Amino acid sequence: MSTSQLVLEAKDIRKTFHDPVTVEVLKGVSLEVKKGEFVSIIGKSGCGKSTLLYILSTMDTDYQGSLRLSGETTDNQSPKALAALRNAYIGFVFQFHYLLSEFSVLENVMLPGLKLARKSREELEQHAMERLQMLGIADQAQKKASMLSGGQKQRVAIARALINDPLIVMGDEPTGNLDRKNSDLVFDIFRDLASERGQALLVVTHDMEFAAKTDRIIEMDDGRIIS
Amino acid sequence: MKYKLLLYIAWNLLTARLRQSIIAGIGVTFGITMFITLMGFMTGLNGLLDGLILNRTPHIRLYNELKASEQQPIEQHPDFSNHLLMQRSIKPVDRGRGLYNGAAALEALKQDPRVFGVAPKTQSQVFYHVGTTDITGLVQGIDPAEEERLYHVSDYIVKGELEGLKRVENGIILGYGIAEKMLADLGDMVQVSSATGEKATLKIVGLYQSGLAEVDNSQSYVSLATAQKLAGQGAGYFTDIQIKLHDLTRAPELAKEFASVYRAQAVDIQTANAQFDTGSSIRNLISYAVSITLLIVAGFGIYNILNMMIYEKMDSIAILKATGFSGRDVQWIFLLLSMIIGLSGGILGLGFGYALSSLIDVLPFETEALPTIKTYPVNFDPVYYFTGVSFALATTWVAGWFPAKKASKIDPVDIIRGK
Repeated sequence: MSTSQLVLEAKDIRKTFHDPVTVEVLKGVSLEVKKGEFVSIIGKSGCGKSTLLYILSTMDTDYQGSLRLSGETTDNQSPKALAALRNAYIGFVFQFHYLLSEFSVLENVMLPGLKLARKSREELEQHAMERLQMLGIADQAQKKASMLSGGQKQRVAIARALINDPLIVMGDEPTGNLDRKNSDLVFDIFRDLASERGQALLVVTHDMEFAAKTDRIIEMDDGRIIS
Repeated sequence: MKYKLLLYIAWNLLTARLRQSIIAGIGVTFGITMFITLMGFMTGLNGLLDGLILNRTPHIRLYNELKASEQQPIEQHPDFSNHLLMQRSIKPVDRGRGLYNGAAALEALKQDPRVFGVAPKTQSQVFYHVGTTDITGLVQGIDPAEEERLYHVSDYIVKGELEGLKRVENGIILGYGIAEKMLADLGDMVQVSSATGEKATLKIVGLYQSGLAEVDNSQSYVSLATAQKLAGQGAGYFTDIQIKLHDLTRAPELAKEFASVYRAQAVDIQTANAQFDTGSSIRNLISYAVSITLLIVAGFGIYNILNMMIYEKMDSIAILKATGFSGRDVQWIFLLLSMIIGLSGGILGLGFGYALSSLIDVLPFETEALPTIKTYPVNFDPVYYFTGVSFALATTWVAGWFPAKKASKIDPVDIIRGK
């Protein structure tokens, strides 16, 4: 497979916390994610999987090693440039939905798109509605985000992650707060995204059942990838 | 586009916390209201007090002072050119207090493009005869039309009218204080004699009250011709030429020039009335100090509310940053939020300030000293309204800056992982 198909490429990522004592939480992690691949990272709590995810997401810039997003290096870029990269290339789904309660569902989904400003407001609105439709919550579009149920909120968060057609969607325990039914729903959505739309997905989870159904499982222990 | 989006986000955050935002805005409104009212009232009062003196003071006054001859005879003798000369015998000659070639000087000044207007004056020391006693005083011969155009004398005429001087050949407008002493009223005749011995019987066509007791107790106005007659001089005799300039600030330099050209003494308004400027500027300073204090208090209110809002909105800030808003964008959102509060609070303050000023403007204010003033003086100069809004924006900018900076520094990883 050619390198152009590589969405995310991390080489020898290391990270040390110094407070209160010096601990090396990542001891040289390398991984690649290809286009259309659905990858999960599992491991015990404290093994560094979430730390790794936030480094890969460019939000945490305090690390050693090299990171390339779509072939471009992200090491030593300005916070502003990284913010722009995240805006265009990465979609996020967290354990908590992080919807802005002041805005309607539709506006929440549109916000990253408005920031990117590649499409007009009308186009974005249509685009956002398509995403909501796909996730089965188009009928909630005009409601305030705070009016929705937990599962619905998480689906809105997924729609928001997808608004700018990102290269990769990253998830940090995206089903952690959901019951089995909603978790399965979220998994099915991710599955479809990967297989039908060629969307790359990188999800940190401790839900083994969820991980087992992904294309590739990366298991971590004590700051290293063990399988 | 970028700022439109940030403004849109700021607006939504603001309206979601409408009550807090309104309370923050009220602080600004109150500050600006007080600023506008205080400044309007203070400067109105300043204007009135300054007007009391300055409006009636010519920018440059040309006059002829009595003084000893500068060239004593002995100095002109060649034999004594190297000697210390102590013999000075030529005393001032009384060729009147009149300006040298006054009529010609008046004409020349009227043509001068730098001069706004010229009013000649002939002053004469007089005695007002009251029963068996005399009151010393000063009679000012004026050109009623010019005097009115330049110094608004009619503002101070409380009875009768200025035109009386034109209509009645031997009319006099008497100072209120003298009139009271003489038990004289409109239409009465008064006897006046000058220092040179000229006598005249004048008919009262008006009474004036300047508000300065000293002046009201001694001065009165007559026509130029009457004053010249009292001084025993002809039609070209003027003791003063009062000059009003287009540009007040040039008075000192022009005073020097006119003094040498017209061979007279000249005094400019800055030299004559330095103390009034000081009083006005101190009153202004106090008003600014009070208003700025109020605005700083309002600023702290905004600072508090923004800090609280940022604390509540940590999650929102984190997700905005995660999804691609930069620290600067976040900072702008909160700055804009603060500025919206400042601008709306400020504009509302202007409205209230105007209303309060208008209210004060119609409140009755009557005083013996200021006969023409019926209500409190208020200045509605738009400059203070601009200053007020600029103050509001500046304060809210500063008050918003620190919380906004803090928001821009929030690390989304800390917030998201902290859950």
